[in-house]
Amino acid sequence: MKRVTLQGPVDISGFRREARALVGAGVPPDQVRWSTDSAPADLFGDPEADDDSVVPAAPEGVRDLFDAVVPAVSSGAAATDQRSARFSVPASFLNLCTSVLLHSEPQRFDLMYRLLWRLRSSPDSWQDRLDPERRRADQMAREVRRAIHKMHAFVRFFPVADADGERYLAWFEPDHFVEEAAAPFFARRFANMRWAILTPRCSLSWDGQAIHTGPAGRREDVPPMDAGAELWLTYYRSIFNPARLKVSMMEKEMPRRYWANLPEAALIEPLIAQAQGRTEDMLASGATVPRKIRPMKRPGPATPDR
Amino acid sequence: MDINQKLAILADAAKYDASCASSGTDKRDSSRGKGIGSTEGMGICHSYAPDGRCISLLKILLTNHCQYDCLYCVNRASSNVPRARFRVEEVVSLTLDFYRRNYIEGLFLSSGIVKSPDFTMEQVVEVARVLREEHDFRGYIHLKTIPDASEDLLQRAGRYADRLSINVELPTEQGLQQLAPEKNGVAIQRSMGRLKIHIDDAKEARKAASAAPIRVIPGAASRPARPPRFAPAGQSTQMIVGADGSDDRSILRSSANLYNRFRMRRVYYSAFSPIPDASQALPLKSPPLVREHRLYQADWLMRFYGFGHEEIVDDGTGLLRLDVDPKLAWALAHPERFPVDLNMAPRELLLRVPGLGVESVGKLLQARRLRRIRADDLRQMKLPIRKLLPFVVADGHRPRSEVGDHLLARPGASLLDAAASASPAIPPVQMGLF
Repeated sequence: MKRVTLQGPVDISGFRREARALVGAGVPPDQVRWSTDSAPADLFGDPEADDDSVVPAAPEGVRDLFDAVVPAVSSGAAATDQRSARFSVPASFLNLCTSVLLHSEPQRFDLMYRLLWRLRSSPDSWQDRLDPERRRADQMAREVRRAIHKMHAFVRFFPVADADGERYLAWFEPDHFVEEAAAPFFARRFANMRWAILTPRCSLSWDGQAIHTGPAGRREDVPPMDAGAELWLTYYRSIFNPARLKVSMMEKEMPRRYWANLPEAALIEPLIAQAQGRTEDMLASGATVPRKIRPMKRPGPATPDR
Repeated sequence: MDINQKLAILADAAKYDASCASSGTDKRDSSRGKGIGSTEGMGICHSYAPDGRCISLLKILLTNHCQYDCLYCVNRASSNVPRARFRVEEVVSLTLDFYRRNYIEGLFLSSGIVKSPDFTMEQVVEVARVLREEHDFRGYIHLKTIPDASEDLLQRAGRYADRLSINVELPTEQGLQQLAPEKNGVAIQRSMGRLKIHIDDAKEARKAASAAPIRVIPGAASRPARPPRFAPAGQSTQMIVGADGSDDRSILRSSANLYNRFRMRRVYYSAFSPIPDASQALPLKSPPLVREHRLYQADWLMRFYGFGHEEIVDDGTGLLRLDVDPKLAWALAHPERFPVDLNMAPRELLLRVPGLGVESVGKLLQARRLRRIRADDLRQMKLPIRKLLPFVVADGHRPRSEVGDHLLARPGASLLDAAASASPAIPPVQMGLF
């Protein structure tokens, strides 16, 4: 049994390096145990079953890992030997890999190594998107992409004055390990603002030049409410149409676990509670006497000055 | 009046516009700019209200004073609702502040008609100009266009906005005359036509410019600037459902017409909803939300599933069925087209099978190149099996009896029970709390 320990939960390049070495050495998936240094892989495993042979890191030269190119058509034994030395995977595999490996599921490394192993033995089966393992990976990738999208949507910045002017701070608790993957979006959008997003796992900050990843943040470091956020609450209250209440739809797209960090979420319960009364009032109150109006002067078709 | 009160009135006045889309525009960011903002193709919903609607843009009116008296509208001239008016700089700073806090993707600005259509449009365009030119704002801007505004103003609006829209409001000219006497259906269509020409021209010109080879000749004039953009996210429109007597057939006919003639990105359907201080001339009742939902489903069938508008609505009534979705309704009315063999049928036919979406059809086609489709695959794909199985043949599955026998019976019998019970049984009753 080989044991591979990756550096942290999002060590994608470490996985690629180790996986390449393992495939090259012909180690089948059931002979590898993956873990990250933050979370031991098998808490209840039998320690004697491991021979503790940690796979050595590959030499610097192969850091580029699998190359994302379509494998060249090869035949004959010589070509097969060559393939174990230079093993390339389709770009779609790499794409899937970079998403799936950010999932919080501890088995994600095993799953991707199994898929990689199969990709090598039967490249065609990769095209079968109904295959159970492929579907599992697709599903996990979808969940990770959704978590990134929701982070882009639900981060709420608060301006804080400091020595250099204004800095925007946010506290956020994402699903999965998507912090680093979601950050470049904020750098592109708020390139000329100084901002920081603090999360329980790490903090990301932008100084106008680069994104810096730091240690875990604390909720207390972000101010809770200010006048600007009050305006946002006014907007949220006013844009809601009580005659069309559809709570399930809202909860599907904005799950409750995100509510703690959304200032407007505090309004949801009272708005729902009042909705029916407000609608009934509109239906019951009936029409009022129309306001008097002056008929409007419409520009005629032949007005000369236009 | 302070900004908070104005925002409350002018957001409330804007909420009957269904659109809040921020997608489909060109890709840009602020990494090489002085200002702020980005758009990346896919829109983002930054929040959801308890009505289940996406909040993507700051959707407000510049003013809800209005000289038009459209009966369905909360802001009509004769309504007694409180009125307010934003100054240009107030909208600009509100937009930028919300944007910096990551509340929104941009601005959706509309306005009541004050003084004249041109005066109003001028103000609306000015907000967009200040955002773009003075603050280098690169987020999303949707401007509601006033159909009677001058050509020059339309041009300028298109230069600053990602999307322009003109609401047709009612599906028929007759309905418009009845309920919105100041609006003119012909003028609305004329303006849509002009917008389409500008959008197409700008797209064409930019394509031609970027296709031209880059030539660097010492001393020669530099490459000409790229032609200006014009509403890269196209135009959209909205129809009110349930305020006049139009049936679903005529609604879908008008929207098919709008999609074909003006290449609308979207036609929105807005169930007429009770409004504060409603007009005496309109029936006060709860909004027909299920009908609105069925119209969106039918719209989807026209745009992504290859259905023609004339085949969606059942001939007799002119209305969509409320108890089953329009695709299932079509399948039940056309037993001669089923069952469909998942291992043989072309894409167009697969798309007509109830329970199969565009994505699952894509997966089936891809898998089919390698191996045969089994009934078990459908279960694994988590498709709505009870809805799907009566209409398909796959390895290990064939509908129990001839589909035709079941279906030629009156609707509501046998197969319908199986298929319809798979879709949530929504009795056509509207609005309950939870």
